[in-house]
Amino acid sequence: MNNRVRTAWLFLAPMLLLMGVVAVWPLLRSVWFAFTETNINNLGASRFIGLENFFGPYGLFFNPNYVDGFWASDWGTAIRNTFQFAFVSVALETLAGLGLALLLNQEFKGRTFVRTAVLVPWAIPTIVSAKMWGWMLHDQFGVVNQLLLDWGLIAEKIAWTADAGTAMWSVVAVDVWKTTPFMALLILAALQTLPKDCYEAARVDGVHPLRLFWKVTLPLIRQPLLVAMVFRLLDALRVFDLIYVLTSNDSSTISMSGLVMREMVDAGNVGFGSAASTSLFLIIMLSALLFLRVTRVKLAESA
Amino acid sequence: MPLIHRLVTGLALLLAGAFAPALQAATVTIACGASAPEIEHCMKHAEAWAKKTGHTVRNFTQPANATAALAVYRQLFAARSGDIDIIRVDIIWPGILKDHLIDLKPYSRGTESEHFPAIVANNTVDGKLLGMPWYTDTGLLFYRTDLLQKYGRPPPITWDEMATTAAIVQAGERATGAKDFQGFVFQAKSSESLTCNAIEWIASFGGGRLVDDQGAITINNPQAARALATAAKWIGTISSVGVLNYAEEDARGVFQNGQALFMRNWPYAWSLAQSPDSPVRGKVGVSALPRGDGPGARHAGTLGGWQLSVTRYSKHPAVAADLVLHMASAAVQKDRAIRGSFNPTRPALYKDPAVIAANAFMANLLGTFEESVARPSGVAGLKYPSVSLALTNTAHDVLARKTTPEAAVRKLEGQLKLVRRERW
Repeated sequence: MNNRVRTAWLFLAPMLLLMGVVAVWPLLRSVWFAFTETNINNLGASRFIGLENFFGPYGLFFNPNYVDGFWASDWGTAIRNTFQFAFVSVALETLAGLGLALLLNQEFKGRTFVRTAVLVPWAIPTIVSAKMWGWMLHDQFGVVNQLLLDWGLIAEKIAWTADAGTAMWSVVAVDVWKTTPFMALLILAALQTLPKDCYEAARVDGVHPLRLFWKVTLPLIRQPLLVAMVFRLLDALRVFDLIYVLTSNDSSTISMSGLVMREMVDAGNVGFGSAASTSLFLIIMLSALLFLRVTRVKLAESA
Repeated sequence: MPLIHRLVTGLALLLAGAFAPALQAATVTIACGASAPEIEHCMKHAEAWAKKTGHTVRNFTQPANATAALAVYRQLFAARSGDIDIIRVDIIWPGILKDHLIDLKPYSRGTESEHFPAIVANNTVDGKLLGMPWYTDTGLLFYRTDLLQKYGRPPPITWDEMATTAAIVQAGERATGAKDFQGFVFQAKSSESLTCNAIEWIASFGGGRLVDDQGAITINNPQAARALATAAKWIGTISSVGVLNYAEEDARGVFQNGQALFMRNWPYAWSLAQSPDSPVRGKVGVSALPRGDGPGARHAGTLGGWQLSVTRYSKHPAVAADLVLHMASAAVQKDRAIRGSFNPTRPALYKDPAVIAANAFMANLLGTFEESVARPSGVAGLKYPSVSLALTNTAHDVLARKTTPEAAVRKLEGQLKLVRRERW
């Protein structure tokens, strides 16, 4: 090993050590717990039970005790809720973000100010915005109900975050409000790298703006757009804080992460909870791979 | 505490530590409660103790949601943390936390015999007294005396009467302009609060309490389904759909603002409803919760209440135990009963004229307190949190009309079997 390489490793060592202690070790430990029956009461007293937390009479999957089938079980419901939330919110955020980015890409007075202002929802910590929206959507004192009543759009107050029919949509709406600026910013960055000459040529040829968007703009920003969507999808699939604070966290909204938290922290079943969190990790990884495969996004230049 | 005061205390501590180890003053952290009034009524007495003994006392504010509070403590204990010396222990926790609390018998000198024997028995695990009873709770029905009089209705004895009266008064009040008026508010947020509410409904219909004393799972029975069906009928009629996201303080907010006729809550709501700035001051009555009908129907309030315990990881267990005994003493419990309507755990105080003058209901409802329904925490032990979560989710699904009561109790039976595995 030459001197330069040795120096490089020397400089990397503290970081690797830190990573090992705070990332690799807890991760491995959590995967190990997934194969045991462990209660938080005494983490030392864990009993190896193989795949029992995953399959079989007490497991997450193929469980004969799920009297109404897998998709009615707590874990199945959480998976369904999470994917429903992720798909709807990412789709809406992408559309809204795209529109916002196209708007912000235009020359107009005060553009810098508006570009900064749209970032505000993204800058607010999720807990704070969830609490804030919780109050605004409150069934009795919430401003949203008051406005809708005043405008005559609804006849009586709606319990947005409590009603099983609207709770998930409230979560989606708040997430879209919060994350659209993020999408808009990434798409705007892509729009600003586009070559001007295409547009000049199109203008000379008198191409309709919509046609220009479909044939020129969209294909050119396709890659960055898809990368932004992967980011958001990964983020949305591990949603926790928004749902936990905004809603009652019951079966109509609970997410996979919420269920992990409920099992591991609230109930103290570290073993079963770890199995759920390991499955969550695998599910998210598979979803990401599938998405990249289907859309053929290149994450590396050389690929 | 002002900064100067804190600095001086700190300096005094340092000096005391350096020169007089025998008289060492300690800093003790106590988890007083979650809401502002709870902390105020607790720290007042803790500070008085600190002044008398020369120790310093600090407050730790625990999460308002009891499930979250338990999770915080279990994580602290898993890490063997001595950050908190005294924790406030829910009546359902001694079995769950038994490995992490010290036996208070060596410090109590037999004073536990002055408290309700049932609570002391609940707090005694494997012969060790893990918590001193601090105050006791049971679910109660609060009602507006002025409105019942206005509509000529008596306080309800059964749930059906309650629903009928609530519907009449709600319709009448809404007609006179109070458009948001609700007949009945209770706690249906997915949390331990809903477990307490649901156990009351089920027990009041003679449907048992999920798991019997022998550990058999009893929830799948027609009376339990009827109890849940009764509660589901309230949602959207006499209670707004919003109660599906209400905990204790949400319900109290609505009731105390004069926006509800009936409320299910714990005794603490009494003194707040009677406080000088309360819009319903002087217009509130309290009774036992209504009963259901059918075989085994009864009035049933869930037994609640809080104990004070010293953690095994405390650096000053003797000092902490001394503070616990002070907080559980007759003088402190009497003051807390008068000013905060915290129900004493000492039967003698229920005959105290000053306590009764401040809380007339305490004397009348002594029987209700003694006959409260205990949650199955003793038999389920470490698995109780999962049992409670399963009940909460089932009850919430029924109230939200996502499932029928009959299907719900059948599914709950399956879930409880999953929780139990081979044995509790």
